[in-house]
Amino acid sequence: MIDKFVRSMAEAMNGIRDGSTILVAGFGEVGVPHALLDGLIEQGASNLTIVVNSAGRVHKTGDATAGVVRLIELGRVRKVITTFLRSQSLAGEAVRAGRMEAEVVPQGTLAERIRAAGAGVPAFFTPTGAGTLVAQGKEVREYGGRPCVLETALPGDVALIEAWCADRWGNLTYKDSGRNFNPIMAMAGGLTIAQTHHVCDLGQLPANDIVTPGIFVDRVLHVAAGAPTLPR
Amino acid sequence: MSDTAQGFRPLGRTGMAARVAQDIPAGWYVNLGIGIPTLIADHIPAEREVVLHSENGVLGMGPAPQPYEENPWLVNASTQRVTIRAGGSFVHHADSFAIVRGGHLDLCVLGGFQVAENGDLANWAHSATEAGRQIGGAMDLAVGAKRVWVVMEHVTKDGQPRILSHCTYPLTAAGCVSRIYTNLAVLEVTPKGLVVLDRVPGLSFEALQARTEAVLQQA
Repeated sequence: MIDKFVRSMAEAMNGIRDGSTILVAGFGEVGVPHALLDGLIEQGASNLTIVVNSAGRVHKTGDATAGVVRLIELGRVRKVITTFLRSQSLAGEAVRAGRMEAEVVPQGTLAERIRAAGAGVPAFFTPTGAGTLVAQGKEVREYGGRPCVLETALPGDVALIEAWCADRWGNLTYKDSGRNFNPIMAMAGGLTIAQTHHVCDLGQLPANDIVTPGIFVDRVLHVAAGAPTLPR
Repeated sequence: MSDTAQGFRPLGRTGMAARVAQDIPAGWYVNLGIGIPTLIADHIPAEREVVLHSENGVLGMGPAPQPYEENPWLVNASTQRVTIRAGGSFVHHADSFAIVRGGHLDLCVLGGFQVAENGDLANWAHSATEAGRQIGGAMDLAVGAKRVWVVMEHVTKDGQPRILSHCTYPLTAAGCVSRIYTNLAVLEVTPKGLVVLDRVPGLSFEALQARTEAVLQQA
């Protein structure tokens, strides 16, 4: 019997090694695997490369930290690959102080690099970023009269995602804009771990409604998390 | 001397948003960037069917929710809570950017730091060495949408021109902007340079040129 549900956070995090590349889903506070990030902080893996849409909000002394920002604060992140790095965030501070590397990339390029990894496409050309700092050091070729930049696939050793409902095969649905990076990161993770709000019996999710089929998912943890909060 | 004392009144953020909204026809698929562009949605009448796209995978985005219809799972690119209209749909991030990069959007309206007379746009960093780098979806939108309009203040807070012969900040994309809406004027980017389509009442062409580094042309 296929059963991808794990019963504990320790089981969900088992085997994540130092030096891993971790894909972290979510946009704003929506679709973020908050519980799994707490689990990763507890689990202890270090020297991580984190792939995440935003590297965090403006930080003021005394602000509570969580998730990716907490990992950065703890010095566990070697490099962040992101689309949005604010100067006045803990990530911005860590980059300025030379404690962390940052690769800031266009959001569509990030999404397509992740999708490409999941689809077995090693690289692709895109006009996004041509003639900008993003193209520095990359091959540029002209297609259709436009300069295009060579971008490479971005797989993760681990993908941490958040689903709305899951069954024991790891079939997943998402809620509203909570879909965002989740389906593509599920495809691109060597070890894809999902936290899910709800659990369905096998067959209860209509085949037409499943967004991520279980073939892309390795472990599922039921976390009856509350609704996403608004950013402060 | 203040602008008002010189006989004209610059538009505020709401006025700029309303001015852009006037020019968006029914039937267009439109992405609105963060900042002033986001405000444009409030000025498109509900009966004019414009389909708004949000980069986080929402097509058919509606206005801000009434308190009774707040949905914590439904946010826009600025991570503010929004609604979805009848006919709307959700896609994942790669499909959302396929909408952008595949040339399916009729229009994208972005904020800007600087625009050059050839349509170059700079809107994500003030220097190449800045630790903060806020690209988000702007580079994809700038090259992918059928039209790119920029809405921004005509000059910086300390009076420096933003509409230039060449951008001095790092580029978002080269030659992508077709129209610029500011608090003072509407400018079209044409092969022969920047053409003034509209000015706020009381503002002379000469006074507008004095606040613009690039050379302007009368329509």
